[in-house]
Amino acid sequence: MTAPADVTAALQAKFAQLSLRPSSDHPAVNVPVGDAVTVLQYLRDEFAYDMLVDVTAIDWAEGASPRFTVVWHVLSTTTHAYVRVAADCASDVEPTAPSVTGLWAGANWHERETYDLLGIKFTGHPDLRRILMWDGYPYHPLRKDFPLAGIETELPDIEVAEETQAKVIAAPMMGGPFVASSGEMNLTEAEPRAKDESWSEKREKSE
Amino acid sequence: MVSPNAELAYDSKIEGTIVPTKLDDAINWIRTNSMWPMPMGLACCGIELMAVAASRFDIARFGAEVMRFSPRQADCMIVAGTVTYKMAPHVRRIYDQMAAPKWVIAMGACASTGGMYRSYATLQGVDRILPVDVYVSGCPPRPEALLDALMKLQSKVRTERSFKRLAG
Repeated sequence: MTAPADVTAALQAKFAQLSLRPSSDHPAVNVPVGDAVTVLQYLRDEFAYDMLVDVTAIDWAEGASPRFTVVWHVLSTTTHAYVRVAADCASDVEPTAPSVTGLWAGANWHERETYDLLGIKFTGHPDLRRILMWDGYPYHPLRKDFPLAGIETELPDIEVAEETQAKVIAAPMMGGPFVASSGEMNLTEAEPRAKDESWSEKREKSE
Repeated sequence: MVSPNAELAYDSKIEGTIVPTKLDDAINWIRTNSMWPMPMGLACCGIELMAVAASRFDIARFGAEVMRFSPRQADCMIVAGTVTYKMAPHVRRIYDQMAAPKWVIAMGACASTGGMYRSYATLQGVDRILPVDVYVSGCPPRPEALLDALMKLQSKVRTERSFKRLAG
């Protein structure tokens, strides 16, 4: 049973450019992005951190440098200890990081999600394509410059878009369609009501 | 239990083996009592749809246990689950492949309005791409609620002018 302090001490002894990352829950380390796979493999093989819990990333801000930090969370199922490994991406406009699908097969979809939502390409990934949005979607939704509600775009299929006149719309939370009225408490008016009715008893249904 | 259908009840000793009725009534009776669903089970509501088809809640009582996954053979598409923008064109294409007459039940909050997913990735209601006949609220709706929706759809079909539509 290695205590968490032992793990970080051993990592610091072996990897010269590794530094401790301030963390309120689990031991966390910063590594250069080129060393990330080596550090993770060392954790998996020497310290029995056998489960990759998550691969994700942080977008700091549009003007910040470095802009993207890739974060890996690993868990030791035997000692019940977590370690967080974080690496800044070298480029701010075309961020890349090495893929860990060679170490854990489960990283496949996590890396696809990070690519889809933040635009970070993972080199060595067997099948890097979008997972939630469709393949030709022009934006990366979790970047700081993408609005929370979304950006209006065309549906991926032209024929369906023409037939239904539907679009990918921005869906803001405040201002409806489900809003509660403020002010006097006429309960019928105060309850949240659907204001956006694309089809109703009065308006015909489209075919 | 299903109550006896009064308008088509007859006594064969009195009327013999011929039943006069309106063509609309006969066509609608056939359609309501064999409404074959096309399950579009996309998320958690799909599990409740399976529960409705199972023995405890038994959609077979209504003649709708024949879940046809081929749209050519189905009458009613039950959209059960979250429709993402990635999936929306495929749902529409499958709807287009269904033969008339066809109806749509939007099951659950996600299919009705986008539900809790007020976001860039989720279609805010399947009625943006399909004409929906019955909406079922719930997350997920109780199986009894889906059966209630099926009964509402049946009462809607029962009052349609089917012969007029057939004649063109």
